Amino acid sequence: MKTSILFLSFFLILAFNRNCLGQHETQHISSAETKEKFKPGDMILDHIGDAYEWHIVTLGHTHVSIPLPILVYSEKSGFHTFFSSQFHHGHQSFDGLKIAGEGSPYKGKIIEIIAGKETRPYDISITKNTLSLFISLAFIVWLFISISRAYQKRQGKAPKGIQSLLEPIILFIRDDIAKASIGEKKYEKYTPYLLSIFFFIFLNNLLGLVPIFPGGANLTGNIAITMVLAVFTFIITSVNANKNYWIHIINAPGVPWWLKLPLPLMPIVEIIGVFTKPFVLMIRLFANITAGHIIALGFFSLIFIFGEMSAGAGYGMSVLSVSFTVFMSLLELLVAFIQAYVFTLLSALYFGMATEEHH
Amino acid sequence: MSLVTPDFGLIFWMLISFLIVLFILKKYAWKPILLSLKSREESIDSALKSAEKAREDMAKLKDDNEKILDEARKTRELMMKEAHELKDKIIVDAKKTAGLEADKLIEMAKNQIQNEKNNAVAEIRVKVVELSVQIAEKILQKNLDTDSKQKDYAESLLKNINLN
Repeated sequence: MKTSILFLSFFLILAFNRNCLGQHETQHISSAETKEKFKPGDMILDHIGDAYEWHIVTLGHTHVSIPLPILVYSEKSGFHTFFSSQFHHGHQSFDGLKIAGEGSPYKGKIIEIIAGKETRPYDISITKNTLSLFISLAFIVWLFISISRAYQKRQGKAPKGIQSLLEPIILFIRDDIAKASIGEKKYEKYTPYLLSIFFFIFLNNLLGLVPIFPGGANLTGNIAITMVLAVFTFIITSVNANKNYWIHIINAPGVPWWLKLPLPLMPIVEIIGVFTKPFVLMIRLFANITAGHIIALGFFSLIFIFGEMSAGAGYGMSVLSVSFTVFMSLLELLVAFIQAYVFTLLSALYFGMATEEHH
Repeated sequence: MSLVTPDFGLIFWMLISFLIVLFILKKYAWKPILLSLKSREESIDSALKSAEKAREDMAKLKDDNEKILDEARKTRELMMKEAHELKDKIIVDAKKTAGLEADKLIEMAKNQIQNEKNNAVAEIRVKVVELSVQIAEKILQKNLDTDSKQKDYAESLLKNINLN
């Protein structure tokens, strides 16, 4: 807990310092935009997407946000490292780099103009999602190492405190996911991975529901994150797959011969299946979490859409929107668990299929 | 669509950091946690099993005790029965020997009585003869004045002797 508080205070101090410097310009530019119409689509995509700064609140025309480090390598101009506050919330360019605006295919990303064309440099900036990733991983490491200490200290005794809160989940994953899907003999090898992805997805699903720092980043609703997780599952499945698994793919038994020769229809379908399994894992988690966020943001957009028509309609709508959002958030709590469970269970099933003995 | 385009930077950081975390968690968190969970389960299991065994042992012991008690009871009954029989037999035997002894004694007494009687009779005969001789002497001395009288008297005397 101490570490996360430290994190928080560090970034908050940073945020206020930087924003004091950039306050004036922001106000000028923002005032020019005040008459702009509310665009729910842009607002929603903004919120569920990644960003180079961690926006916390807008007071009047002042954006309070945590600036994040930009790490960019361009083939033309080399390395760039600076804080994202230099962009002044995307209104200014810095070092020849700028954040692409409306109409650009790279909207919201850092671009460099080379020979009049917008090009994307190699960008490994610590974005909002990256920071959220680090925070959640640090939290997970701290949490489970402290729990493992508790286990070592209280060897053979009943669990206590946070240990007893998480033990049922650990046992559930071990017994009902790993042991049930992979089998009594081999489950032990895969349980650490399954536990790790379960708690990573579950924690980040929950953090995604928290509106302000350190929550608010739509991490498990980001396709890069779900892709990496799915790739891990895919690699573990393929590396550990036994002969039996590959035989089933290339020459599935119990299938009529004319489905394999002269046109290898079944093998093609099976090989595609090998890739669709992790692909579906990636899409399912991404889509479910993103959809939840879009719905919640959609309800809030309604307030402003009605508010543009008349203030009264906006207030009236807010009652409805808030109650719907409360309902949706409760549903999302369930979804947060279910999606973590489904991802873990399916990964375990794929491991089980890959290591199944011939019978 | 930026939404469905995986971002290179995020993939990069995710790959590195998640792999490191996976390694750390596996080594320092999951391994000890799973190990101690397993050892705890095993110890609970063995404790339950030994409790069950103790219970079985107790039941067996109780059974054995009952059996021993039963056997003791049976032995006691048997011994009682045997003792009873022995007693009866002793009594019967004693009665029998006593009877025999008594019979023997009676027989002996009878024999003795018979002997005594015989002796007495013999003695009496001797005495009678003596007495007869004395009587005869007396009669002869006193009343034998006539022949007929002598004869009658002697005959009457003889008659008396024969009756004795």
